[in-house]
Amino acid sequence: MIGVISYLVFFATTASILAIAVLGLNLQWGNTGLFNGGVVAFFGAGAYGTLILGGTPQAGHLGGYGLFYPLALLGGMAIAGLVAWIVGLLTLRLRHDYLAIATFGVAVAFENLMRNAEWLAGGAKGVRGFERPLRDALGDGFTYNIFFFLVVLVILIATYLFLERLVASPFGRLLRAIREDEEAAQSLGKNPARVRLMAFITGSVILGLAGGLYGTFYAFVSPQDVLPTLTFQIWAMLIVGGAGNNRGAIFGAFLIWGAWTASGWALSRFAPIEAQLYTGSVQFILIGSVIVGMLMWRPHGLLPERLVVSQRGKTPSA
Amino acid sequence: MPEAVLEARGVTAGYVPDLPILHEVSLVAHPAQITLIIGPNGAGKSTLIKAIAGLLPVSAGQITFGGADITHIRTDQLAARGIAYVPQTDNIFRSLTIRQNLDLALRRAGAGAPARLARLLEQFPALADKQRDKAGTLSGGQRQFLAIAMALATAPKLILMDEPSAGLSPKAAQEVLEHARTLTRSGVSILLVEQNVNQALRLADHCFILAEGRNQIDGPADALLNNKVVGEIYLGARRMGAA
Repeated sequence: MIGVISYLVFFATTASILAIAVLGLNLQWGNTGLFNGGVVAFFGAGAYGTLILGGTPQAGHLGGYGLFYPLALLGGMAIAGLVAWIVGLLTLRLRHDYLAIATFGVAVAFENLMRNAEWLAGGAKGVRGFERPLRDALGDGFTYNIFFFLVVLVILIATYLFLERLVASPFGRLLRAIREDEEAAQSLGKNPARVRLMAFITGSVILGLAGGLYGTFYAFVSPQDVLPTLTFQIWAMLIVGGAGNNRGAIFGAFLIWGAWTASGWALSRFAPIEAQLYTGSVQFILIGSVIVGMLMWRPHGLLPERLVVSQRGKTPSA
Repeated sequence: MPEAVLEARGVTAGYVPDLPILHEVSLVAHPAQITLIIGPNGAGKSTLIKAIAGLLPVSAGQITFGGADITHIRTDQLAARGIAYVPQTDNIFRSLTIRQNLDLALRRAGAGAPARLARLLEQFPALADKQRDKAGTLSGGQRQFLAIAMALATAPKLILMDEPSAGLSPKAAQEVLEHARTLTRSGVSILLVEQNVNQALRLADHCFILAEGRNQIDGPADALLNNKVVGEIYLGARRMGAA
């Protein structure tokens, strides 16, 4: 019994961390229409940043600054934001598919940099020597996992509330206006380039937050954690959940992570021995099929953005 | 004649470099007047208004507004200068409510926003009744009114209107154009591109006729309305169609 609960806590922690990432992507794609194909670069920047800033000194690579954990996490988010600022300045003039290709390239470059620049982040061996915060007090077992899950849950809820407020604010209104018609927004004196950059950076900082928590959870990050697969998983979560809807984003994260985990388990248990080697590939095929299928038959996701509902009768909010 | 609000001199512009649509086009718009641009399809009417609005690169010539050079202005800087641009289509945000559309346009107004909003709602009673509805649910004519209200929310001296009557019923088109006329009484100048030549000429003060990206004739609108040459060359088919 404790084993099942323990596993559920582990599952829910990972799903909640991914849900935070999906919320960040939702701000970019769902609310602003920015096709970020390099999700994993910003997620990775947060993970690497947090571990390098908060870890113990290591021979051979940068890091070991041993910062107080919340500062390390904030630093990871800031690094993700900084990367987004540079990438945004270079690529946000591009639209849709071109932006997706450019940001995808950035993510591949990021992975290669992490894999090859050993002096920076340990290369293929990854960043080691990070101590999970409060480990001395709580140990490494079940208690710690429950505690960490609750922390992640609180951060997930805070992120959700922050984004809900943001989307309802004049800035959120402006994002939707620009997504819908840039020329008309310009004619009202709005600067779409600046607004898009701000949304891109904000979304990437949230992706960095998710990455920082992910790195903390495993107390380790390596180039294997920033493969393009993760970008596609996070996209699948958003598309299935419903782009433009923050609740949909969270729902999609839990659903897809559940399906991913279950399919991995089912394949390892029921697939013929010869096929066991390929279970990873089969999972990729499944996630690709889910994305394509959703886009064909349910393009607005399971919880679509609430757009067409009349708001008659509501009290004015402005 | 009072001093010009807007003046374009020898403007050459197009969508791609080295392939100009407009060839040294000039025009003048005077305060509190409707200045009309007409011409056959492909004459460059919308291209001219987009070039003035900073949406297309101007490769030669100069555009001045109140004496200041705005030739290479960025579109999002127009509003601060006192110019509003109303695109032909997609000029409102359908997924936002009418009130949200107006609030978006009123952001620049700061503390004066509530008063300005009240004035706009008074001026457009049809919109006042539907403030909480999504703008996408409005009829074509109401959408144009919303687009015009949003333009007015920025307190412009000049409004650039690209075919506001396009796709509207004759009655709605007439209402929109007549509303444009009433706006000039409060001192606003309007540069208007129109296909409804007859209706527009009856309302406008001055008219420029373009064809194939070049100036043809210009003059007082009422004179052009009865100018046989103009009718034969540019408006003949339309006149017969409209009558």
